[in-house]
Amino acid sequence: MRIDLDVNGRQHSVDVDPARSLLSVLREELALTGAKPGCGEGQCGACTVLLGSRSVHSCLTPVSSAAGVPVTTIEGLERDGRLHPLQQAFLDEGALQCGYCTAGMIMAGVALLDTTPSPSREEIVHTMQRNVCRCGTYPRVVAAIQRAAQAMHVPASHDGSRTGEQQLQEQQP
Amino acid sequence: MTAHREADTPRVGAPHPDAPHAPALHAGAAEPERYELREITLRTDGHGTTRREFLKVLGGGLVVALVTHNAFAFPLQGRQSGPSPNEPGEAPEELGAWLHIDEHGVVTVYTGKVEFGQGIRTSLAQEVAEELRAPLASIRMVMGDTDLTPYDMGTFGSRSTPQMGTQLRKVGAAARELLIGLAAQQWGVDRSTLTIADGRVADPRGHRSIGYGELTAGQRLTETVRDDVAFTPAERWTIAGTSAPKVGARDIVTGRYQYTSDLRVPGMMHGKVLRPPSVGATLMSFDASAARSMSRVTVTREGDFAGVVAPSVAEAQRAVDALRATWTPAAGVQPSSRDIYAYLKRTRPSEHDGGPEPWNNTEPFVKGDVNSALAAADHRLRATYTVAYIAHVPLEPRVAIAHWTHDAQGDKLTVWTGTQRPFGVREELARAFGLPVSRVRVIVPDTGGGYGGKHTGEAAVEAARLAKAAGQPVKLAWTREEEFRWAYFRPAGVIDVDAGVRKDGTITAWQFDNYNSGPAAIRPLYAIANQRVTFHPSESPLRQGSYRALAATANHFARETHIDDLAHAVKMDPLAFRLKNIDDPRLRAVFEAAADRFGWSKGARPSSDSTAHGIGIAGGFEKGGYVATCAEVAVDRASDGVRIVRAVTAFDCGAVVNPDGLRNQIVGALIQGIGGALFEAIDFDHGVVRNAHLAEYRVPRFGDVPDIDVVLIDRKDQPSFGAGEAPIMGIAPAVGAAIFQATGTRPRTLPMARDGLRVAAK
Repeated sequence: MRIDLDVNGRQHSVDVDPARSLLSVLREELALTGAKPGCGEGQCGACTVLLGSRSVHSCLTPVSSAAGVPVTTIEGLERDGRLHPLQQAFLDEGALQCGYCTAGMIMAGVALLDTTPSPSREEIVHTMQRNVCRCGTYPRVVAAIQRAAQAMHVPASHDGSRTGEQQLQEQQP
Repeated sequence: MTAHREADTPRVGAPHPDAPHAPALHAGAAEPERYELREITLRTDGHGTTRREFLKVLGGGLVVALVTHNAFAFPLQGRQSGPSPNEPGEAPEELGAWLHIDEHGVVTVYTGKVEFGQGIRTSLAQEVAEELRAPLASIRMVMGDTDLTPYDMGTFGSRSTPQMGTQLRKVGAAARELLIGLAAQQWGVDRSTLTIADGRVADPRGHRSIGYGELTAGQRLTETVRDDVAFTPAERWTIAGTSAPKVGARDIVTGRYQYTSDLRVPGMMHGKVLRPPSVGATLMSFDASAARSMSRVTVTREGDFAGVVAPSVAEAQRAVDALRATWTPAAGVQPSSRDIYAYLKRTRPSEHDGGPEPWNNTEPFVKGDVNSALAAADHRLRATYTVAYIAHVPLEPRVAIAHWTHDAQGDKLTVWTGTQRPFGVREELARAFGLPVSRVRVIVPDTGGGYGGKHTGEAAVEAARLAKAAGQPVKLAWTREEEFRWAYFRPAGVIDVDAGVRKDGTITAWQFDNYNSGPAAIRPLYAIANQRVTFHPSESPLRQGSYRALAATANHFARETHIDDLAHAVKMDPLAFRLKNIDDPRLRAVFEAAADRFGWSKGARPSSDSTAHGIGIAGGFEKGGYVATCAEVAVDRASDGVRIVRAVTAFDCGAVVNPDGLRNQIVGALIQGIGGALFEAIDFDHGVVRNAHLAEYRVPRFGDVPDIDVVLIDRKDQPSFGAGEAPIMGIAPAVGAAIFQATGTRPRTLPMARDGLRVAAK
């Protein structure tokens, strides 16, 4: 069956079994490998992507349910070489070890920040409970989400701190 | 260009920037430095010939290689896995590591170690940059590629920092001295008048300086250096010893980095393996007609191995599901997780298992007269401790891509896979296919977690079999369920402890018998006059193997819980009791540092009608690391649920190379340790794992994480040791002691609170 997908603002038309997982279509048909297979059971969150502004486990999401809904993957967060503030916060906090969970963590965090711009620690823990980091970087992930929340809502000129985007611009040659 | 930009810094295995949209990326093309070098194997020191080969391929510049002379006994034991029988004399020479400086000043370092989250790619680059007085960004690490890097036994045992770090520092130091010599020669000045820093040699008197690239451009220099090179003491470090962000992190947060799971090679197909219903079952009958009738599906069977290859994962799954097979279970009664401990105590490794592993010393350690001392003790305590099999659950399951090619010399096999032992997996593949090791190349992209669980090459061998049958490259990615059922586990074990103590708090007798957990950290660091400590290997009904810190967790859990019990028997504070019995000043220091930061003397917060609070402390030594952990728990009186409220770990592994990376490792180890301490366990019977899904096998999540504080003790006067493992050891016994203080119930089994505390404590 032919399914039209809007992924990271690009239009794709794929001829696939509608029951196939969104994850497998992203990875195998569209070569978008940022979302990772970790369990195939909706338990680890490594495959997290956004459907609209909602975060979903793409391993359990039939590709048919993504038709007509904008899909955002980790590859779609960076705009013109500028990192999303949460991507930058992961770098600033060193919130990764092996990095295999990182894309899913960031996408789940982006969805959280969209609905809850200044989440409390409890809100972060509650929402992120669906994502596993086997290396145990959880405290740094919490710190990264808090840092991004601040960067996204406090203009840099007010408190003197630089946003991720500003830092990145400074790095450009 | 002198130093290249961040985007070009070491990221072997990193993809082409356009990778996410490339229809079919050639994995080799993603790694130019590897691809260009693929025609050569640099495996021996060659006494000239091979060293000339370096430059023939590397295109000029300076190559410095280190020849080791048994200074590192541990890696040399790697010969036990030895050369392939097809190639006597192919064993690696004593070439430990090498680096190359090109005309742009880019330093490429070759090491057989691999990166799977522990941060060794970053910290080894720091050590080279330090000795070479070169910017960190100018260092590229080529790691874990059997055609390009020196033989290495594997990345485990916390050996990368003490062993490879030391070797690379020597190579870097030797290269630095050579660069100074080159500049002195070029300028015709005395080398003692020159300085070297930030990738340049300077002549202050002549008001001139030159970059490493210019200095080596057009040269074709190779130098071999010996073991006895002096290197910079940690007190004078400026690059090592400071926090460096993880190399390649930007590619990870953008999704650009490609793990083995993400790679493709042209013409690549997907494989699936037919799994037996239980461990050790034999394939009796096999009907593949339905699968064979599917379009573009290849079916292969060889003994008990059967699998399929298809153009997509989904088609491969359909084909393997269509195979009709009957299996005969393994003979005899197999123990279950309910009666495993009696089984382990009763059995010994069978002959067909090859007996106990050679490095498992089963000779008892005996000191003084433990029997008399036990009989004479004021208090004598006996107890039995058990630990369950647990799974590593690396978030990236096992995966391999196998690609067969053919040239004038015959078959050649290239495999990309995430393993901690690239050279070990190369030998597994060579044996499986009757190839000389020189015809097998294993490439290890940075990998999504290992924790001791990826020492073997199951997926690599399976992918290669399927690829051979299909005549096309094949990717085989294990599912999470396959990981739970067919990978190996941390051993289950039983530990009997019998100990005596004087009323004044002196431990006088210590008898410790460990069945099957393993001998790591089995001997106490407490000063005890009379000891008998023995490891008894058993027959394991499940595949077992390495794990982060392996037996050190079990041995510390039993030992430190027992120590806590002895302190209780003589009514002493558990910290004071330990300090009374510890001679080692570094062990004392971590206990004191952890207790101080934790506020040990203030005790637990008050308990309420609904919640009981308690604190505990535990620690020890393993693989060069001293660790002490304090924990506070809250036990819900109604549900018996245990929550760890806060924890502090103090850690000393000598001179710290990357403080931020080290903190990340310590916190991560503590959190991983919470799983094994409280709720991780494999359930099985009749050779079948009963909880082979993440929904049934609980790993620590955000909600399980306490407030964690870390005290780093940076001993610049001490050699640097690894930190991936030892920090996991303290949390389980500290939590156990805290549970005891809170409830009066002494947990003696890991996990401690899987189905409520009372159930586990029985």
